[in-house]
Amino acid sequence: MHYGNLFKIAFRALIGNKLRTLLTMLGIIIGVASVITMLAIGQGSKRSIANQISEMGSNMIMIHPGASSTGGVRMDAGSMQTLKLEDFHAIKEQCSLLDGVTPQVRSSGQLINGNNNSPSTLYGVTEDYLSIRKQEVEKGDIWNERDEKTAAKVCVIGTTVVENLFPDGTDPLDKVIRFNSIPFRIVGVLKSKGYNSMGQDQDDVVLAPYTTVMKRILAVTYLQSVICSAKSEGQTDAAIAQITEVLRKQHKLRDTDEDNFTIRSQAELSAMMNSTTDMMTTLLACIAGISLVVGGIGIMNIEYVSVTERTKEIGLRMSVGARGIDIMSQFLIEAVIISITGGIIGVLLGVIATVLVNILASWPVYIEPWSVLLSFSVCALTGVFFGWYPARKAASLNPIDAIRYE
Amino acid sequence: MASEAVRDNFFMHNKMATVISLKDIKRDFTVGSETVHALRGVSFDIEEGEFVTIMGTSGSGKSTMLNILGCLDIPTDGTYRLDGNDTSKMSKNERAILRNRKIGFVFQNYNLLAKTTAVENVELPLMYNGGISAKERHARAVEALKAVGLGDRLEHKSNQMSGGQMQRVAIARALVNNPAVILADEATGNLDTRTSFEILVLFQKLHAEGRTIIFVTHNPELSRYSTRNIFLRDGRKVEDTLNPHVEDAALTLSQLPQED
Repeated sequence: MHYGNLFKIAFRALIGNKLRTLLTMLGIIIGVASVITMLAIGQGSKRSIANQISEMGSNMIMIHPGASSTGGVRMDAGSMQTLKLEDFHAIKEQCSLLDGVTPQVRSSGQLINGNNNSPSTLYGVTEDYLSIRKQEVEKGDIWNERDEKTAAKVCVIGTTVVENLFPDGTDPLDKVIRFNSIPFRIVGVLKSKGYNSMGQDQDDVVLAPYTTVMKRILAVTYLQSVICSAKSEGQTDAAIAQITEVLRKQHKLRDTDEDNFTIRSQAELSAMMNSTTDMMTTLLACIAGISLVVGGIGIMNIEYVSVTERTKEIGLRMSVGARGIDIMSQFLIEAVIISITGGIIGVLLGVIATVLVNILASWPVYIEPWSVLLSFSVCALTGVFFGWYPARKAASLNPIDAIRYE
Repeated sequence: MASEAVRDNFFMHNKMATVISLKDIKRDFTVGSETVHALRGVSFDIEEGEFVTIMGTSGSGKSTMLNILGCLDIPTDGTYRLDGNDTSKMSKNERAILRNRKIGFVFQNYNLLAKTTAVENVELPLMYNGGISAKERHARAVEALKAVGLGDRLEHKSNQMSGGQMQRVAIARALVNNPAVILADEATGNLDTRTSFEILVLFQKLHAEGRTIIFVTHNPELSRYSTRNIFLRDGRKVEDTLNPHVEDAALTLSQLPQED
């Protein structure tokens, strides 16, 4: 038939009553915009929660010696000497599911800088420690491989240590402090992380190459623990299995032997994270659902009212020769134009609102592409459906009744 | 071109082709459990070029008659042929197309599209005729508006016009598809006396150009200006007379007291 004409008819009808067109569009605009904004805020907080939890190291795996007994007497894990440097190298080379691996040897002692001193713990680690613990060097840099090989007396310190040892605010970089009696040159300062969820000050640390701590301070050849991070939180269990296999082989354990090491992951933390994000997801789905329903009802009302209001016009069109199908096509085309235009405006408005929320309220936001697609298509479909449904009723009206409708 | 059309119309007028042929038209409505007989067997023919007034009080069946004549409704019984087409066998869509090609409606309350220009209002029937190009559609709408004396108000919107002007637009809309018959339903009912006569003058002019016009009204005064009068009462035709002395509406208009 004459679709070109029908388009023109629909277009003229839309232009002819701009207010009605705008009001109908408004329902869709607000529906789409609110869903996008809501979901962006929801997704933003979900991501920020997930981020905070993974900052705590949800994918961290800790390996300790132990769980073995010597002559029926269980020994303190720290005093065990079963975890060797070779084990660390084997894990680093053979475990494909791990991102970072570092040995860890620890020593407590007094840090001294001139008149200032404070108790602290010295951690002997590798560079990987930073990525595993999600820490960053703010000033200076971490030591290099050569320092590690030569067991150089260099260290990276946390901000609490800086405050304790340099209360007058001098730049700690390249200064030499003493740990017990051994001098360490400061090569870097860690970015502050504050207290962790257990109330521990994460900034009260001194990091040094593990070689230095092992050789110059503890004089030991075994490791107190190995810390690693799985590639992702979901791969933690698989990574633990891999480590177990590697270590059993390293330690030449028979199938009947008990493990002489303990592996712990942040299972509780990840369980908490899962339940939190699941709740967030459900919450978001509810918000999105309600917004879409409200938007849909708005669209439905306005379109239903507008078709009722236009009964006379429909009657006139029929009397000058429009067939039922022509009327329906016109209303369908009108609904499509309104829905798509409104949808696009809604998307733009939703994005603008999201950005404003981010700037003005400084809430974390994140616009998921699917949320745009979902809200647009649901509102557009609602718009088309509720434009078409009353029109179909109108099109089946008797033209006499329609034209005499008051 | 226009004068040619007029001559052709006159030529066909002389041949007296039958435009409308009603045979024993009955129309019953069921209201609740009762059957109302709106039309109880009406027959008449209308030849091309006639100006017929169909009159009757309310309840006489004239509205039902108008609906049937306009192919908006179908008779319960009887046959109605419009320009040779038997409407009783037609589907809803076929009747819509027939309305589109053969009938021009003029309503009491104009029924123009709101906030739409005169030209676009007049173009409306042609919009539902896919065979007419946009250019031709516009040209014909302009021509029709000139024919009703609104050549200078083509782009005026319906809400910027007086009642008389709106009715002229409606008449132009009825003319634009060059219909076999123009059906006017109380076309002067909403207008003051002077404007009513102006519209009547227009109808007489269209009639003089060879158009077939059916004017449905309750106002017997209008019968003086048409060539034939049909009276309906209680669903039956009670009178069908030719008017030997058609009065000139223009003359009556000129004799109306001038208003300030």
